[in-house]
Amino acid sequence: MLFAKEEVETAFAPPKDTYSGKVYSVNIGTASGEVTFGGENILPFHTFEGVAPNRPLIAFEIQDVPPTDWPENVQKPYKDVSNDPVSWAKFCQDTLKARAIALRLIGTHPDRENRSPEDAAKTVRDVLSAISIPLIILGSNHAEKDASVLIAAAEAAKDRNCIIGKAQEANYKTIAAAAMANKHKLIAMSELDINLSKQLNILITQMGFDKERLITDPMCSALGYGLEYTYSVMERIRLAALTQNDITMQPPMLGDIGMYVWKVKEAQASEADLPQWGSLEERGIAWEAVTATALIIAGVELLIMRHPKAVEAVEKVIEELV
Amino acid sequence: MLIIGEKLSIIAKRVREAMMKKDKGPIQDIATSQWKAEAGMIDANIGPAEDGGGELMQWMVTTIQEVVPLPLCLDTTNYNAIEAGLKVHNNQWGRPLINSTSNDPERFAMLELAAKYNAQIIGLTVGKGGLPADAEERAAIAAEIMARAAEYGVPLEDLYLDPLVLQIATSQDHALKVIKAIKMFQELNDPPMKTVVGLSNVSNGCPKQLRPILNNYFLSLLIYEGLTAAIADPHEITPTVKTIDVILGKTLYAHSYLEM
Repeated sequence: MLFAKEEVETAFAPPKDTYSGKVYSVNIGTASGEVTFGGENILPFHTFEGVAPNRPLIAFEIQDVPPTDWPENVQKPYKDVSNDPVSWAKFCQDTLKARAIALRLIGTHPDRENRSPEDAAKTVRDVLSAISIPLIILGSNHAEKDASVLIAAAEAAKDRNCIIGKAQEANYKTIAAAAMANKHKLIAMSELDINLSKQLNILITQMGFDKERLITDPMCSALGYGLEYTYSVMERIRLAALTQNDITMQPPMLGDIGMYVWKVKEAQASEADLPQWGSLEERGIAWEAVTATALIIAGVELLIMRHPKAVEAVEKVIEELV
Repeated sequence: MLIIGEKLSIIAKRVREAMMKKDKGPIQDIATSQWKAEAGMIDANIGPAEDGGGELMQWMVTTIQEVVPLPLCLDTTNYNAIEAGLKVHNNQWGRPLINSTSNDPERFAMLELAAKYNAQIIGLTVGKGGLPADAEERAAIAAEIMARAAEYGVPLEDLYLDPLVLQIATSQDHALKVIKAIKMFQELNDPPMKTVVGLSNVSNGCPKQLRPILNNYFLSLLIYEGLTAAIADPHEITPTVKTIDVILGKTLYAHSYLEM
């Protein structure tokens, strides 16, 4: 034996890093519903090295049209309310005790119901009048249509301090201008490329948009479907923010995971086809919870999720880590 | 890397005339322009200033710091002028840098001022006996200056070693010796010693169109060896400094990195 036991125990001091940068803290919502996330000067949960004043925020995803495209097991918890976005939002707030809601205006997509910007604006107004918690307003991820839909939605939500998204390279000017004019926060999304993510944040701030009102979405992926790429990009963004004090990489990050998780095979393949994979319902929930947990470890401060049980599991992990 | 803006020098006609007439306009314009171009410190070179040096340095320091929130590099051989400048320097923007002491006994007093006013100081690695022959001689002189600094109570982290850049047109072999000296200086202490160069001297006497080329390429080699600071024209070298930061992985690349 090289050392006596006591010697080893007393010689060890856990190494501590100090960081030159800090993630911006972003507050959303108004009055009693206001919530803040970000603000830490440490890597995720390294509270022995600095401070993390706010825990990661999980928003429940709802949409403007019934979720017929979602797998049955994640439709089920919302079956009595999801015909109407207002009752769906209220259910999340009142019954599930959501801290925030993400309304995806998927029905505006030209290949879906092709709802108009005016219809979208009305949905936004109706949902906002029914809830007091913060709202995240997402387009259908159709760059062209989103530009007109999100202008209308941003106006409809004026002064409610929402998050509007997602601004991408192809449409950021219109969407950032709408967010700025109506005093919202903005999601800047690029496609799994850290340098393009930085570039988009620069371009948006060069328009005069306040960098402390941005949220970076480096794009997500589900466990088993490229999660390691997302993880690596997020980790490097956080390291640039903290160790290089790179102000363009200091906005909080978003993990919009529900839409990725609930379309993979593992969340959908039936027990009849794959009995060795076990209960489909548990499998889907676990897939969403594990994907989300990986990304909070990578550094996301804001998550958008679907299944209440997956949210519950992730909240429990956060509770244990903070 | 710290850029110390070199443009407020008595050698420039416009600056010299403004100093003589105590005309704040041109001085403040040049200071502001260097700050906007990302200088982190402004050099105020008033020459030997034998008559009225103290008053001139005070005027320079207050004139510059009226418009620019940066510390200054006080550049003169006149001891009284340095002290006068230190007295009015606004340390809210950072600590001043004395330019300079050396291994010449006549310049030791500058160390006394650094200690007294808690200023940083440049140690030019020359002695009384003329120019250093090579990197080794520069390092030997540096070690003597470090010992002297310790004796006067100046912490080594406040000392910037300057290897003395010579003109490439007349002393070509010294360019490489200076690069080597930057590497050797750092090895004289742990944490490594800070280093500084008067960059544009390398191209002094060269045709005008060659000067930025020589300055920038020389600078990139010096930064690679670990240079801490350069007295230079920020407009001319900022793109090089940012680009080297990207190449060395100190800044994350984005297409607009030069604009940040």
